[in-house]
Amino acid sequence: MARDLSFRVAVLFSFLFFGFINFVCCNNERRVGDALETDFSGLSVPLEHSFELDDTAKFVVRGTLLLKTGREPSVALSQNPLSEEDRVKLKEVAEVDGLYRIRVPRVSLQADRQTEWQVDGYLTAFVRACAMVESHLSDVITLHTDVSGYLIGVSIVTIPGACRGTKVEDEVDLEVFNTTLSIMAPVNAPGPETSLFLERMEQETEKKGKNPQEQKSFFAKYWMYIVPLVLFLMMSGAQDQSGGGASGRAAAA
Amino acid sequence: KAVAMAKLILLLLNWIFLCCNVAAVFEDQVGKFDWRQQYVGKVRFSHFDSHMQSSKKVLLASESNVFAALNTRTGELFWRHVDKTGPEGNIDALLQHGQDAVLVIGNGHLLRSWDIGVGGMNWEMVLDPGSFRSACLVGHQGAVKHLAVLKKTVISLHYLSNGHQKWVENLPESETVDFQAVYSGGNGEVYALGVVPNSHLAIVVYSLEDGEITKQVSVEAPWLSSIPASCSVISRGLLTCVDSTTMSLYTLDLHLQLEMTQIPLQTLGLDVDPGFRPSLVSHQPNPAHPPLSEFLLQLGPEHHLLLQHNDGQIVTLRDYKPALLASFATAGEKTVVAVMAPKNKTACSINLFSAETGRRLLETTLIFTVDPNGGKPEKLHVQAFLKKDDSVGYRVMVQTEDHTLTFIQQPGRVMWTREEALSDVVTMEMVDLPLTGAQAELEGEFGKKADGLMSMVMKRLSSQLIMLQAWIAHLWKLFYDARKPRSQVKNDVSIENLSRDEFNLQKMMVLVTASGKLFGIDSKTGDILWKHYLENIPLNAAFKLMVQRTTAHFPHPPQCTLLIKDKDTGLATLHVFNPIFGRRSQVTPPALPQPILQSLLLPLMDQDYAKVLLLVDDQYKVSAFPSTKNVLQQLQETASSIFFYLADSGQGRLSGYRLRTDLSTEQVWEVVIPTETQKIVSIKGKRSNEHVHSQGRVMGDRSVLYKYLNPNLLAVVTESTDLHQERSFIGILLIDGVTGRIIHEAVQRKARGPVHVVHSENWVVYEYWSTKSRRNEFSVIELYEGMDLYNSTVFSSLDRPHAPQVLQQSYIFPSSISTMEATLTEKGITSRHLLVGLPSGGILSLPKMFLDPRRPEVISEQSREENLIPYAPELIIRTEWFINYNQTVSRVRGIYTAPSGLESTCLVVAYGLDIYHTRVYPSKQFDVLKDDYDYMLISSVLFALFFATMISKRLAEVKLLNRAWR
Repeated sequence: MARDLSFRVAVLFSFLFFGFINFVCCNNERRVGDALETDFSGLSVPLEHSFELDDTAKFVVRGTLLLKTGREPSVALSQNPLSEEDRVKLKEVAEVDGLYRIRVPRVSLQADRQTEWQVDGYLTAFVRACAMVESHLSDVITLHTDVSGYLIGVSIVTIPGACRGTKVEDEVDLEVFNTTLSIMAPVNAPGPETSLFLERMEQETEKKGKNPQEQKSFFAKYWMYIVPLVLFLMMSGAQDQSGGGASGRAAAA
Repeated sequence: KAVAMAKLILLLLNWIFLCCNVAAVFEDQVGKFDWRQQYVGKVRFSHFDSHMQSSKKVLLASESNVFAALNTRTGELFWRHVDKTGPEGNIDALLQHGQDAVLVIGNGHLLRSWDIGVGGMNWEMVLDPGSFRSACLVGHQGAVKHLAVLKKTVISLHYLSNGHQKWVENLPESETVDFQAVYSGGNGEVYALGVVPNSHLAIVVYSLEDGEITKQVSVEAPWLSSIPASCSVISRGLLTCVDSTTMSLYTLDLHLQLEMTQIPLQTLGLDVDPGFRPSLVSHQPNPAHPPLSEFLLQLGPEHHLLLQHNDGQIVTLRDYKPALLASFATAGEKTVVAVMAPKNKTACSINLFSAETGRRLLETTLIFTVDPNGGKPEKLHVQAFLKKDDSVGYRVMVQTEDHTLTFIQQPGRVMWTREEALSDVVTMEMVDLPLTGAQAELEGEFGKKADGLMSMVMKRLSSQLIMLQAWIAHLWKLFYDARKPRSQVKNDVSIENLSRDEFNLQKMMVLVTASGKLFGIDSKTGDILWKHYLENIPLNAAFKLMVQRTTAHFPHPPQCTLLIKDKDTGLATLHVFNPIFGRRSQVTPPALPQPILQSLLLPLMDQDYAKVLLLVDDQYKVSAFPSTKNVLQQLQETASSIFFYLADSGQGRLSGYRLRTDLSTEQVWEVVIPTETQKIVSIKGKRSNEHVHSQGRVMGDRSVLYKYLNPNLLAVVTESTDLHQERSFIGILLIDGVTGRIIHEAVQRKARGPVHVVHSENWVVYEYWSTKSRRNEFSVIELYEGMDLYNSTVFSSLDRPHAPQVLQQSYIFPSSISTMEATLTEKGITSRHLLVGLPSGGILSLPKMFLDPRRPEVISEQSREENLIPYAPELIIRTEWFINYNQTVSRVRGIYTAPSGLESTCLVVAYGLDIYHTRVYPSKQFDVLKDDYDYMLISSVLFALFFATMISKRLAEVKLLNRAWR
């Protein structure tokens, strides 16, 4: 087993493909705003984004993530619309097939660590800028935590995800983000399901116990016919072996 | 009547047996498609069995904790015992006396005695704790009945016959004195020799009878730091040491003297090579008698001396210069010295000298040919014997740096060689053999550029002629062979006549071993066709073997590249070679001055059809190999779609990078797994040569469930740092390697590693230890896109917005496992099996069908329609699933699978201490006629039918004609 991870290799070669996908009509309401009304006892961290013509990362604040900590973490986002300048830049970046990156700081959602978060790195993700433009800023951002509630990764996809090369003429379409936001904790992988299996086995044995007649096997039912038949076959077989084995085989063929 | 009944039972048993055993190998197929090679490992101790004149055994104890006896005539194993790996089974000492061989194992934990005749164990003793220092046989009054074991604080004496302890004594002042050696000269006393480094030597003498200390002295020796490295006992208890700083020999009579006698080497007219640490070798043919008064002194890498102690004087008997190796051997009463001297670049000569006089014995020269692709000689094991005329004859076993054992007889006939480096295979690849000359010629014809019609016609004619010639030669060979009895027909495989067979079942196995020796093995027979030893391989090197060009691009030779990386410094070198001949390629690999983080083989090819290898250094700069203009241009064009990832398990960081057109990189995503709670233990991608035939699975209701086939998906396995059985867990992350998107994240609670993972198609199978139920469990994750496909033509990680459906199920497995791999076939039509290497040495072929998360708990009409097996929590090991029947493969470390030209057949190599090769047919041999297929019957039936139609047609015509006339 190759445990030497830095040495592990994968060739990751992705073929970009411009498919024809039905455009989903996007609503420009701020869906996430509703959550803001509820009482929040969590921490707020910035969601930053970067899109530059030369693909260097210059992150600026896009909005604020409100993370509700505790047993069942949840998240809400408040974000500002894109400025005129940014909209133009985003379209330009999309034309040269640049990247649209986002990042969030690494924080823990555990109750005891929530008071203040210090920056010990960021989690980053990207999507092609053209996909961002063509989907009219409809993105799906997912935050992933580990078992102890630490943020380990962020992912962003747009719906639709493809770049068809359609021009977005209307500037208004690129003003407001239509973000679907969720937070995911690891699921518990199932162990071997023994109890259900045992139950089923018990039911079957009970069934068998109820009507023993029907559950009898083929042999149990017809042994009185099979045994004489087999005996007969064997006797004839024995004769064949001693005498005309060839004829017996020919007959079988 | 009773006979008939017995027959009936037998018949029934036969039926049952036949019904169950369909998947297994038939008896006549044993060894037909498979072979096994057993190894010992790098030899640490060896003893020739000399208690019988006719014995042909050599005992070997290896660094891989294996103890074995070899047949000196053939080099095959008589028997072999494989102990635990690691320090627990480490063989500290091997002592042989007569029919018994005693091993000290596990840093003095165990004492084991073996009968060397049959390889059975005589007895085993657990010793008192304490780290092992030395052991020796103790003889008295001509008989050897005891052995002494010296540990850090105690010395104990054991009976050789049953291992019982005769006495055990504490060593005096063991806190300050470091006891390092034990010696007995057959006079009823046991000497424990210790040293206080750079101060003095401590000698404690014990009585053999009751372990009483009869004498205890300390001798000034400020120059001494290690006894085994510089001292040895010669003659009647004369401790002799050599020291390089004072350039002197020191002698001390253990019985009489209290002070060491210094003899400067200059007085003997000797000189130590600068920077060389001199060493002493003495020889004690029989433990019941004192050692010889002659000893060997090595003063330089190529300088040995035979010295003698005579009446308090040291005399030089013979000066061997140049001499690579020298060693004592005894036959009967005669002791000889075998000395290996370099002759020329390719050969060494070995000569025998009488130990008593130092005179060369006549007609004892033996030539050892040094393999130019091997290592230098390292050790000389000599088997001396008395000939009928009472002269001494000998055979030698030469151990070289590349762990090869060569057994040579006079005058230089190699009786056998064993490549013990193959006991530690690190990585391997299987390469297609080249086409035959004729086929290659034909290929070449299409490969070359057209130059005129006439020459093309001529070329075609000539190639057809060559093919005809080859065909006739082949027919002639068939005819010729048919006349010989079957056993005599030998399939001589040599590099010259290697060619691809009809179904590409015979391939070249390229194996890389930890010692740095590369091997090319014919997969059909297991013969080693070429070997190449790479010198200066760092001890902790990591290897990665890549096939840059296959044999499909005639006339360009196939090309493999081995990346050798020092794990500590990260510095790497490339070795480029031809996998068919093992020769170093003419292409000069680039020098790599920077540490290498990652290497990736791209599907891009240069104009010579070599795949491009990208190397990422620690400055995140990328260099390409080959780096021609054509390659650089291609890289520039496709740079924006080349992504790669780096994993740093120390920081728990996974990061993705994209290539820029100027071959620099930019980081595009980052996932950080906190190292406080869990650590990354393994990352598995998919194999690049894997094909998936079917995009989906047909369900019971005739709808299709589409598989999520992401070629960039990575399975990341983590283990918790908290190992408490209630809180430990293992984590499984499925991450897209291009976008860094976490596709699935699951935690198996109350579980612990080691985790074995197989990742293929749309599934991940992993095995772990459940701490709650205290058993091994398998779990399978399958990913599906759902009932409709997002984009059926091309998969792009950048355009798959919907997360796949994840199904998971777990099972109990009744054994722990050593390694796991999935079968692989040409087109992926054949169903998949998992090949599981078990610690017992079996290789289990477990159908993937049993690891299917869609196995229903409750059987329904639809699941029956789909052929799903109802869920059962336990996976059962069926004995007919073992693909290696009784051919146990010891310590399986890895399994390699390769597709063959037949869709039904997958080639399997399991390697560990042994190497085993076989073929597996996961869906039976659906594309091959059986061996015993009745061609006669089918053709006679065909002919009969043909004639019957002809005749009946004729008859019908006649009948019609007759009717027309009527």
